[in-house]
Amino acid sequence: MSLVNTPPRTGGFIPRDRSWQPDALTPQYKTSVRRSPQSALLSFPSTLSEETSPVFGHAMLGELDNDLILNYAKPGESAIGPRIIVHGRVLDENGRGVPGALVEFWQANAGGRYRHKKESYQAALDPNFGGCGRTITGEDGSYEFRTIYPGPYPWPNGMNDWRPAHIHFSLFGHGFAQRLITQMYFEGDPHIPLCPILSTVKSQEAIDALTALLDMNRTVPMDSRAFKFDMVLRGRRQTYFENRTEGL
Amino acid sequence: MQRLDYLRESPSQTAGPYVHIGCTPNFTGIEIFGGDLGTSMKTGPVQGEEITIRGTVFDGTGTPLRDAMIEIWQPDAAGLFPSANETRGTADPNFTGWGRSPGDMVTGEFTFETVKPGAVPYPDGRMQAPHITAWIVARGINIGLHTRIYFADEEAANATDPILTRLEHQNRVPTLLARKEADGVYRFDIHLQGPNETVFFDI
Ligand SMILES: [Fe+2]
Repeated sequence: MSLVNTPPRTGGFIPRDRSWQPDALTPQYKTSVRRSPQSALLSFPSTLSEETSPVFGHAMLGELDNDLILNYAKPGESAIGPRIIVHGRVLDENGRGVPGALVEFWQANAGGRYRHKKESYQAALDPNFGGCGRTITGEDGSYEFRTIYPGPYPWPNGMNDWRPAHIHFSLFGHGFAQRLITQMYFEGDPHIPLCPILSTVKSQEAIDALTALLDMNRTVPMDSRAFKFDMVLRGRRQTYFENRTEGL
Repeated sequence: MQRLDYLRESPSQTAGPYVHIGCTPNFTGIEIFGGDLGTSMKTGPVQGEEITIRGTVFDGTGTPLRDAMIEIWQPDAAGLFPSANETRGTADPNFTGWGRSPGDMVTGEFTFETVKPGAVPYPDGRMQAPHITAWIVARGINIGLHTRIYFADEEAANATDPILTRLEHQNRVPTLLARKEADGVYRFDIHLQGPNETVFFDI
């Protein structure tokens, strides 16, 4: 391999930090007990199969896809609950914005009820709230959507477990290795330290990484509060010295 | 001492019981977005051998999961990915390479109508056996599980695959093989736990 003065090539993905990510088996979250693999994961460097990913174009988005207040509402009506804007950036571990990332999100309504046939919580459905939305990040990795502040809800795990208010996120970056699903929590929620699902992450730093802050600068006065939530996907190695076969 | 200024990957959290609301809302009865993403991998006539892959995700007690979401990602029949990161050529324009399934409402069985993937090189230049990348999320799974679907009828390619040959426990290789159960139909069941636990990857 000859070393020439060219820009660094992009290597494979930086290995996932398994000491930072939650373990598969977390007994306080009971469903994980029988759904957690027990064998060690097989580690290997990312290949083309993981370094490529489907492309989602902005053209597929409808005007209200990122507006949960209106995207399931009857004409002239809107979802019930505190109006909020959630915004932030999708970045990689190298700190670069990830443009063109598909961001999908879903949540309970303001009373903590999901629109789902298996949902048994007695809180009322909101006829104008579907509970899902999607967007695609801009050139700098930024995204934004409008919704209502979701309610906390009880769930069958321990005898009296409640989820903190949260929004679920699904993220597509530029490589399938970056595929990620996570949840966003809200600053100041007293359920945060009590949650058996949030406690699957291993440190206060990791909890903080999933906790959105009130962002007064992005509020719309007399209309909506705003919360800022950045998300980080795996990054790729940047190096002049990547081992590669001649001619590839 | 200086500080490395890398960011940490966002911690994963379970997809929860209602992942279908977010990722396949129309499947749950929420009519929105003009349809669910990933339901069809073909946008027109495709090149290569068209196949169906079916399977079920089982927990450690052998109970099928009905709240999982399975995604697959693969190259076309020529081994090219329909991706912005594909630099070796242009993939079949009628093939998306990506499928997403919520599983059957009653049985949990997932089905993908796709094409048999072509072979793709490993980073060192060796050829890998034809395979499909699969990703499984569900309630109770804290971080999405990656695995690969290889094909039992690709014996010669499988025998030299850089990853299959790397497995310490060769008796677990069959957990990565889709088996033909009818003409053009393969079965690939996924076991999260237990004696037949699928090999999951840290990639
Ligand atoms: Fe939830």
